[in-house]
Amino acid sequence: MSATVTTHRQQPPAQPVTLRAKRLPRYVPPALALAAVVVAAAIVYGAGIGGPVLVVVVGALLYLGGLFAAANAVEGRRSARDRTWSALIHSAFVLAVLPLASVVWTLLSKGAERLDGNFFLTSMNNIGARDPEGGAYHAIVGTLQQVGIATLITVPLGILCAIYVVEYGRGKFAFAIRFFVDVMTGIPSIVAGLFVLAFWVLIVSPVFNDGRPGFSGFAAALALSVLMLPTVVRSTEEMLRLVPAPLREGAYALGVPKWKTILRVVLPTALPGIVTGVMLAIARAAGETAPVLLVAGGGAAINFNPFENNQSSLALFVYQQAGDASRYAPARAWTAALTLVALVLILTIAAKLLARRNRLGR
Amino acid sequence: MAKRIEAENVTAYYGGFKAIENISLTVEPKTVTALIGPSGCGKSTFLRSINRMHEVLPGARVEGSLTIDDQDIYQRDVDVTAVRRMIGMVFQRPNPFPTMSIFDNVVAGLRLNGVRKKSILEEAAERALRSANLWDEVKDRLGKPGAGLSGGQQQRLCIARTIAVEPQVVLMDEPCSALDPISTLAIEDLMFQLKDKFTIIIVTHNMQQAARVSDRTAFFSIEKTGDPGRLIEYDNTQKIFSNPSVKKTEDYITGRFG
Repeated sequence: MSATVTTHRQQPPAQPVTLRAKRLPRYVPPALALAAVVVAAAIVYGAGIGGPVLVVVVGALLYLGGLFAAANAVEGRRSARDRTWSALIHSAFVLAVLPLASVVWTLLSKGAERLDGNFFLTSMNNIGARDPEGGAYHAIVGTLQQVGIATLITVPLGILCAIYVVEYGRGKFAFAIRFFVDVMTGIPSIVAGLFVLAFWVLIVSPVFNDGRPGFSGFAAALALSVLMLPTVVRSTEEMLRLVPAPLREGAYALGVPKWKTILRVVLPTALPGIVTGVMLAIARAAGETAPVLLVAGGGAAINFNPFENNQSSLALFVYQQAGDASRYAPARAWTAALTLVALVLILTIAAKLLARRNRLGR
Repeated sequence: MAKRIEAENVTAYYGGFKAIENISLTVEPKTVTALIGPSGCGKSTFLRSINRMHEVLPGARVEGSLTIDDQDIYQRDVDVTAVRRMIGMVFQRPNPFPTMSIFDNVVAGLRLNGVRKKSILEEAAERALRSANLWDEVKDRLGKPGAGLSGGQQQRLCIARTIAVEPQVVLMDEPCSALDPISTLAIEDLMFQLKDKFTIIIVTHNMQQAARVSDRTAFFSIEKTGDPGRLIEYDNTQKIFSNPSVKKTEDYITGRFG
């Protein structure tokens, strides 16, 4: 061990004579890629073993091999590895983006069919299997109300919980809260739905409803908040921990009380990250089907009152239409799915813009 | 206005670790006192215990008595925020609030303590920024973020923020260690001016700085790692740097130790 260290010191690595090295000409990688695809196409179609997908896969493999060989011959081993790995990383990126692009494209192409005013202005009330009309107005109302109420419940609760854990919590109680929040993260949505069904719909709601249990959008909102809470708590917690301690101390040193320091210095600093966490939670909640089905029951008519009677939601609407026997139903399902994605996207962009406006422009 | 600080047998702990032991010294009003000594000797700990910032860390506590004009700040019924408003602090690294503009940073202490009136805030901001020699540099961009200033400007912004709440004492924990010589000079000049109104205590690793800016100097040291820091010598700066009475002080100042 020590002997190698000594020899190392005695013999420094040989200084390179020149700083310049041979590089592959610029046109080689694209030419190689083209050649790889041509060869791959020849192999695949010549042997008659597959279609365009296999051509791309074989072509990519051939390209990687060819690039390594060419770079190894001209530039040396280190550079060849560098090129191959960056090519691999880029392929991995393409591979990861492909499903996303595919989803967006499928939604746009199939959802465009029913993307008309009628879809957004009518419900499924009195729409039979032979009627081509019908829309998701009731489902959009349901999603907005349920997710809205769930957010109103979850955000204050989650942020306060995270503030307790980060700023005040000491010892076993804080540890227990963190542990159970972690456990909550893993709750399947159907279990959250069952919990609200057993607790709210069957036990609590009869009290307000002349003794009869009743489905409601509010019950769905409760189930969704059970699902959102851990996401909000964990992300807020991480963001609060990222706020540097000197900022807190700077405020304390001005004689600012702790609660005010948290409210006026720590939270604003962590705000953009907290907003991202809340939006993730909202996106997850908006896409939940099972709890809504269990405790809001769905329904074809428009119901503006989240506290009484059945409500639908976009996710539930997609589920019901996709399984419907009517030949007009699949188109409605696709458009509803597109609407759901667009809704979440718009909310996310709006929230990010709001959070950024609070930060000062550079 | 400025206050006399008397420490008597101040001992501070981080959990089970005793960081300083039996520090006793008196700081006269309207003077600059420098705390010098090797790393880990407890200068900053002592400084932080003067405005009760030490106890912010979990498990940290202070024993002994610290009086500001005959009020013991470690009595049970003392309001910590009142102590900190009376004794401001400037930190080693500039820490402007990143979400606030320059103006908001300067008046943060006032605003977060309930001052709402715009005219008062504007007046206080200008006064503090002028005192911190920063007014001319930032007067045209008070709405811009404080984090966009240079390091030296940020530190002067933090000093302005500290003196805007009109404390009686200003504690400075190595305020120039992250700054270049020109910014350091600006802050040293500032200390001379602030001395008219405030009592200043500064921790520094820079002995020339201690000799330049301070009236009195306290030398802290430790026997070995793990031992609590003790006050070795406390005297007029001139005496400490020309003719210290303790051998250890002389060794440290002449660079033979530490």
